[in-house]
Amino acid sequence: MSRDEMSALQGKRLHKIVEYVYHNVPFYRNKLQEMDIRPDDIQTIEDIRKLPFTTKKDLRDNYPFGLQAAPQSEIIRVHASSGTTGNPTIVGYTRKDIGVWSECMARCLTAYGVTRDDIFSVSYGYGLFTGGLGAHYGVEHIGASVIPAGTGNTEKHLKLIRDLGITGIACTPSYALYLAETMDKLGIRKEDIKLRVGAFGAEPWTENMRDEIQERLGLKGYNLYGLSEIMGPSVSYECQMQHGSHVCEDHFYPEIINPVTLEPLPAGQTGELVFTTLTKEGMPVLRYRTRDLCSLLPGTCDCGRTAVRMSRIEGRSDDMLIIRGINVFPSQVESVVLSMPEFAPRYMLIVDRVNNLDTLQVQVELRQEFFTGVFDTPAAVDQLEKRLASKLKSVLSIAAKVQLKAPNTIERSQGKSAHVIDKRKL
Amino acid sequence: MTIHQLSIFIENRSGTLIKVLNALKEANIQIIASTIADTAEYGIYRLICSSPMRACEELKAANVAVALSDVFAIEIDDKPGRAADAVKSFSEAGISITYMYSFLLRGKGILIFRTDNNELAKQVIARDGLKSVSEEDLAALA
Repeated sequence: MSRDEMSALQGKRLHKIVEYVYHNVPFYRNKLQEMDIRPDDIQTIEDIRKLPFTTKKDLRDNYPFGLQAAPQSEIIRVHASSGTTGNPTIVGYTRKDIGVWSECMARCLTAYGVTRDDIFSVSYGYGLFTGGLGAHYGVEHIGASVIPAGTGNTEKHLKLIRDLGITGIACTPSYALYLAETMDKLGIRKEDIKLRVGAFGAEPWTENMRDEIQERLGLKGYNLYGLSEIMGPSVSYECQMQHGSHVCEDHFYPEIINPVTLEPLPAGQTGELVFTTLTKEGMPVLRYRTRDLCSLLPGTCDCGRTAVRMSRIEGRSDDMLIIRGINVFPSQVESVVLSMPEFAPRYMLIVDRVNNLDTLQVQVELRQEFFTGVFDTPAAVDQLEKRLASKLKSVLSIAAKVQLKAPNTIERSQGKSAHVIDKRKL
Repeated sequence: MTIHQLSIFIENRSGTLIKVLNALKEANIQIIASTIADTAEYGIYRLICSSPMRACEELKAANVAVALSDVFAIEIDDKPGRAADAVKSFSEAGISITYMYSFLLRGKGILIFRTDNNELAKQVIARDGLKSVSEEDLAALA
């Protein structure tokens, strides 16, 4: 589909969905009336800029069914997000929604190269979480044999992977690494299994993790992105190029905004990802702020698909630091630290303000295995420090002072925000 | 012809040196000579000790960033000019000495140093009849 045809379709669907929520969701009707916007003001996809944003807080405030647009009799499934604080987010799906979801998930699997001849294990959690059932319906839709393995009981799962000749798996990237570890423990080699495709998502991961998973499990690993507020897994997917994830943009319209000014950003720039559901009946959302940070890749993909691609998730806007006016995300530091084997995958950002100038210090731990006899002079250690500093500078666009720490001296963090100490008193 | 030196990364804050020394003490390791190359933020603690391999394993177990480096130990008479004589041999052969420290042991001077060309340094030691000290000799002397 050409860009013009896609934009025309998106514009038509956007008008319909705005009209639909205006008449069925009091929350949106009130918001639109406050802003003096009528559904007829929204005719093209560019008009989306006139619409209000929706936040996670809006979903919580309207718990449980406040944002549901379809009558309960039309809802055939309800999922709930794993909210750790306050109310969970409740999302209801109509029969048509489940159909669209299965179709989008089938697109993802097809892009990964999965066919009806595959035996595919769904190892996301089944239940309130959208991962398990979402992937399950997609696998059934393309006609492959689905193994609803779920999570847990890894040894039995590995037995099935080997004995049934399972060829594909959908799980979190960290579970994939856990599978590899368990294989080592049980003495199962990658030659003993037939896995060839992995659909990995539900948590951020890096290219280094991809390399490791692909090497250890002997498969090709693809990103699978989704969030329950929009649909679940299937919102975007990588193709054979493994370079950016194609968005199912005929159903989920993506925008990138500056999380501070809320202004849309041009293609290629990193900012907060925002989605509008163009066809959803159960719980449509307008301009939902995902808090995920990424960019939309300019240009077309070598695979031939015209659907826009999004980059890897580079961080969360909740974690964003502004240092000397530059947006800095702890995950950017993480990717650099992970790329250098000399350092343990632990780090700490210390932000301060000295003489009215912001300073950034990055603490990293030396890894014992890589501290070799060559490090018997400060010159050798300084060189390592400088290599890290220059990598950080090129990724962050600002200079960071590196402080090396002895092994196991940085506390293991419980969450992302625990990677940052901001001493600035603003 | 070379001996093992422990090279230890130590952060500049109180409690880090004692952690290393305590681990050596508990392992009953005897320190023969040591020096710290210090910078503003950290130091490289260089150490000649009894049972360096075991000392290294013990320190690793105590979460210390430690490695074994190959250094030379040359015995010289405790008289003026002997250090100059020894270093002259290497200098004339075009060998750079990366770092050096020395100590007295039972009336003899011991020079510990690392070079940028260990193979050539070994030839020079053999050619000029310099007295290289082995790990066993050092442990026995200590």
